[in-house]
Amino acid sequence: MATIALKDVRKNYGRNKVIHGVSLDVADHEFIVIVGPSGCGKSTLLRMVAGLEEITSGTVEIGGRVVNKLEPRERDIAMVFQNYALYPHMSVFDNMAYGLRNARRSKSEIALRVANAAKMLELGSLLDRKPRALSGGQRQRVAMGRALVRDPAAFLFDEPLSNLDAKLRVQMRLEIKALQRNVGTTSLYVTHDQVEAMTLADRLVVMNEGKAEQIDTPMKVYSKPASVFVAGFIGSPAMNILEAHVGVDARGIAIRSGVTIDLPEMNLPNAGMPLLFGIRPEHISVTSEERADMILTVAAVETLGADTLAHCRMAANDKGSDFVLRVPGMMPVYAGQRLPVMFDRKAVHFFDVKTRNRLF
Amino acid sequence: MNRATFPHKLLPYLLLAPQLAVTLIFFYWPAGQALKQSLLREDPFGLKTQFVGLANFKRVLADPAYVNSIKVTVVFSLATAFISMAIALLLAVQAEKIIRGKTLYRTLLIWPYAVAPAIAGMLWLFMFNPSFGTLAYPLRSMGINWDPLLNGPQAMILIVAAAAWKQISYNFLFFVAGLQAIPQTLIEAAAIDGARAARRFRTIVFPLLAPITFFLLVINTVYALFDTFGIIHAVTAGGPGKSTETLVYKVYNDGFVNLILGDSAAQSVILMAIVIALTALQFRYIERRVHYG
Repeated sequence: MATIALKDVRKNYGRNKVIHGVSLDVADHEFIVIVGPSGCGKSTLLRMVAGLEEITSGTVEIGGRVVNKLEPRERDIAMVFQNYALYPHMSVFDNMAYGLRNARRSKSEIALRVANAAKMLELGSLLDRKPRALSGGQRQRVAMGRALVRDPAAFLFDEPLSNLDAKLRVQMRLEIKALQRNVGTTSLYVTHDQVEAMTLADRLVVMNEGKAEQIDTPMKVYSKPASVFVAGFIGSPAMNILEAHVGVDARGIAIRSGVTIDLPEMNLPNAGMPLLFGIRPEHISVTSEERADMILTVAAVETLGADTLAHCRMAANDKGSDFVLRVPGMMPVYAGQRLPVMFDRKAVHFFDVKTRNRLF
Repeated sequence: MNRATFPHKLLPYLLLAPQLAVTLIFFYWPAGQALKQSLLREDPFGLKTQFVGLANFKRVLADPAYVNSIKVTVVFSLATAFISMAIALLLAVQAEKIIRGKTLYRTLLIWPYAVAPAIAGMLWLFMFNPSFGTLAYPLRSMGINWDPLLNGPQAMILIVAAAAWKQISYNFLFFVAGLQAIPQTLIEAAAIDGARAARRFRTIVFPLLAPITFFLLVINTVYALFDTFGIIHAVTAGGPGKSTETLVYKVYNDGFVNLILGDSAAQSVILMAIVIALTALQFRYIERRVHYG
């Protein structure tokens, strides 16, 4: 059990800068998920904590000890890899016992610890099998078991579920969460899947182009995204973001000429200031013509069952779509329909045009 | 297993025919000839031929020179196979660590394979020639009485070195390919699991290379037994005395130089039996320990 602290961690490959200074404090027992699109540096960051990549500058501390110069084996961590990285020539038992044997633990202790982990992961009947005789889900469990038996200061997960099919992924997601709650080991978990990120994390680190754009609880990241990138990355379908400017009397915003939204209770800045206006598809509701903020034209409909996504235009002859709406699945919507809509005033977001960071 | 179906009954046999023809003409026919010859006694000019049963075999096996030749072959083959594989593995592991110029390094290491055996032998003979060899001089100045032309063990060292050197490239190529096939994450997982480099090699890398190592063991044994004729012929011609006369070299010497055809044929047959038995043994006992990924 330990805390992890990253202080202004940077990584360059020659002149190519990959991580531009990430700082993060992970409390004991905390489950941190690092999420971002591919190429954002999230795996590199994890591998730097593991000791598989050198740290160009900054410090990584595990349990209050600076580990920058330590070998992976000296860092007291365990890692679960995307391809599981099970030793193919060893049985499940030997795979799990490998780390303990390297640490020269006694035979009886190894047997006991492997048996405990196998019980926790329901691997008891598979201990004599070789990895190639296991299914994807079972291999995943063995990889977890290998981390678990060592009882390390921290677990590192590198996209552990992305090789599984959708159904198994949901199941393993719940199991990983329950397991981590159970053993309480501090965990860093890297994924590109926002659902995994939201469901697993105590706190999320949303990364983009080598920077941590936001570090907060999943709900905070969802309700108060720190930047346009975070707003677009977390939540599916992505938040609607439109260019707009503050209206003449600063009591609302104008999206385009003639299309304004009144926001009297918000403290809007100077009239005429340009900004980016954001609202999530689930915060736009269909209403009557009299109460509508705006009347949209449906351009395309995607039926998901529980919900229906309506891609809408502000004017019938626009190209593409300006807004995506999430409406209940029972509600009939069809392309070409005129839809009077209302925006949830408590769920609007404003971002700076230049920095693309949250304004209010 | 899927069974292929052919539109015509004759077609599969036709498709196999070229391969079968090659095997028949270049293996079974000469092998049959050797077998026949081994049961005959013939004078050097081929004028008189007499059936003698197993007499040739009896004489050959009772000959102390033949027993010596078996010992020489065992020493030479084991040393050559072991040294060339060990050095190739070491080089392959080191080549994996190089980041820049990896391809150039590998290409250079593969070149010796293109050198013909006899030429490789001559190169080593020149380098280690007791009177003018560039590398013999430092050996002598170190106080070693270096003379492979007169000293049996030194002659053996020289041909083992030349034969192993030539085979290193081939083994290197396979070991490099084998190492590349081991996923990097396995090594990383082992590093995180607390294994140092030497232990990672012993417990992860080497076991996963086992299929390659086994394949090379078979290939190198056969190489050392047969394909090194050119090197031995060029460097020592079996001498000094009979200290580097391997089984293959003795077959040549007795058959083509001394023209004792029956003895030579009997030796060929014995050699054939040895190689078949050896390969069968390797597959039976060593392959069991091999894990195919």
